[in-house]
Amino acid sequence: MTPPTQTLKQRPGADGPRGSGPLNTQDQALHTRTLPRFAPLGLLAAATAVSVGISLALGWNRAAMVVVAAILYLVAINLVSRSVENGRRATDRTVTGLVTIAFLIALLPLTTLLYTVLSNGLGALSGEFFSASMRNIIGEGGGIYHAIWGTLIVTGLATLMSVPIGVFTAIYLVEYGKGALARWITFLVDVMTGIPSIVAGLFAYALFVLFLGPGVRSGFGGAVALSVLMVPVVVRATEEMLKLVPNELREASYALGVPRWRTIVKVVLRTASAGIATGVTLAVARVIGETAPLLVIAGSTDSVNFNPFDGRMATLPVFTFYAYSEPGVPAEFSVERAWGAALVLILIVLVLNLIARLISRAYSPKTGR
Amino acid sequence: MAKSIDVTDLDIYYGDFKAVEDVNVTIPAKQVTAFIGPSGCGKSTFLRALNRMHEVIPGAYVDGKVLVDGQDLYAVEVDPVAVRRQVGMVFQRPNPFPTMSIYENVIAGMRLNNKKMKKSEADDVVESALRAADLWGEVNERLARPGSGLSGGQQQRLCIARAIAVQPQVLLMDEPCSALDPISTSAIEDLIHELKANYTIVIVTHNMQQAARVSDDTAFFNLVGTGKPGRLIEFGETRKIFSNPDEKATEDYISGRFG
Ligand SMILES: Nc1ncnc2c1ncn2[C@@H]1O[C@H](COP(=O)(O)OP(=O)(O)OP(=O)(O)O)[C@@H](O)[C@H]1O
Ligand SMILES: [Mg+2]
Repeated sequence: MTPPTQTLKQRPGADGPRGSGPLNTQDQALHTRTLPRFAPLGLLAAATAVSVGISLALGWNRAAMVVVAAILYLVAINLVSRSVENGRRATDRTVTGLVTIAFLIALLPLTTLLYTVLSNGLGALSGEFFSASMRNIIGEGGGIYHAIWGTLIVTGLATLMSVPIGVFTAIYLVEYGKGALARWITFLVDVMTGIPSIVAGLFAYALFVLFLGPGVRSGFGGAVALSVLMVPVVVRATEEMLKLVPNELREASYALGVPRWRTIVKVVLRTASAGIATGVTLAVARVIGETAPLLVIAGSTDSVNFNPFDGRMATLPVFTFYAYSEPGVPAEFSVERAWGAALVLILIVLVLNLIARLISRAYSPKTGR
Repeated sequence: MAKSIDVTDLDIYYGDFKAVEDVNVTIPAKQVTAFIGPSGCGKSTFLRALNRMHEVIPGAYVDGKVLVDGQDLYAVEVDPVAVRRQVGMVFQRPNPFPTMSIYENVIAGMRLNNKKMKKSEADDVVESALRAADLWGEVNERLARPGSGLSGGQQQRLCIARAIAVQPQVLLMDEPCSALDPISTSAIEDLIHELKANYTIVIVTHNMQQAARVSDDTAFFNLVGTGKPGRLIEFGETRKIFSNPDEKATEDYISGRFG
């Protein structure tokens, strides 16, 4: 938490009626007294000490201790700054404190989640874990080879289906769409965004039952369910990116005698490609951890299955779910595998994000000399 | 081959709003014609109607005839894309393609249309277009750098280079020098003088001296009243318009006694 260390001069009167401290006699109001740089940290330490003292005396728990310390700090920095500096600075420092606290609160679930998954799952990672399936494994050993492939195949197929649909829909909406049809599409995309994932799974299941009879399970069905969830995200992200492409570029292209479709492909999509890549990655990250629809339509298996059109296909989220909820006896090995699979899933999303960053760096509009 | 432009009874609309009314004018081939007039009187609108860029705006349309060398641009069987290949345009604000390098920007007209070119041919086009736009000396060391990394004036000259690289027959320029310093401006004016030998040029400008310096003919547009459409008030040889115009409004505008 770095306090704003402003030593900039202030304009006279800019501080309102409270004005500046008594220091300003000669060089009126251009200088205000500033708290020393260590003041916020010092106050924080003091607030913490007081809070610890109170808590120990009254037997409060640690959470209460932290809350009390935060409140004490905010009150103290406001009062001290108000008396030494001025009202505007005091507000500034208080709000800085509030924002920092909000940031820490937001960080809390993320770090604890990462910590928990890492500490529970790291132990599971091994050569066997990545190279073996669960076929004929009871108790110790086995791995998630089948589930990794299942997740990659199902998510990959879902991406292959939803990216063209989503991007073309967005192109229609931004470049061509007017009137009732475009409004309806926008409305339906909004509705699709809100579809619960289990419903997407049931939809895919019902669809495949129509053709292949009841009890059908396949990785491709899972991909269809996931694309129902992915398409609206891709449409929305692409639409926003296409809208950001300035109209002047389209006009520049038209004025060179370039037809509209070439302009869209080579100028508009090209200019927006970095943003679209990021949007697609976010959409993938959003569906790769989906469990419910895959539970319904892709099912679960202990063996490797590379054929998405035939039979059950294990995926990381479903694997994690079963390994944790039905661990068998003894439970500890299965539970550890569940944590390991969860960790691998997070790592895959991380890698996807890195790839998206690289793509977007390579394709984003170039600036600088 | 430069071409003349004949405009008859042209009304230009943005949806319900009539922006320009009843223009009749003949813009001669291989001459420079300047459009002058107060802000909002429809100069840009009229200019954009000359290469069918106007209709790119949703709801915008025109009513009337624009003949380029006897062919009506607005006839049903005419392809606007083909029109724009013959009638090029430089915009008021520079708009280089941000994803392209300087080199790619200059030959964007060919590249975007997938025209096959040999590397040496492309190099020649780029060099001659950049030389013509007086930009070669400043950028020949860094042709591979992004076009958006240039200064505003350099970007505008890049856009001029891009427009002349496709060798249109008519070149429309909407205040091409409004972002340029006097030296670049005079370079562009020299360029206009040179291009005149091969192209028909129409230039919108707010700079009276510039209109007087570069143009052979001048068209003065004006608003008849607020909310009313703009009209072509007077058209004639630049010498005459600037020394002895027929209309009082033209004289007032040129001498700065406007409004
Ligand atoms: N995209 C548009 N939609 C609706 N009306 C427009 C649009 N562009 C311009 N107009 C209107 O058309 C009229 C003429 O505008 P135009 O841009 O042609 O003026 P101009 O003579 O080029 O002015 P300037 O010298 O400031 O560039 C103005 O009343 C303007 O408000
Ligand atoms: Mg204009």
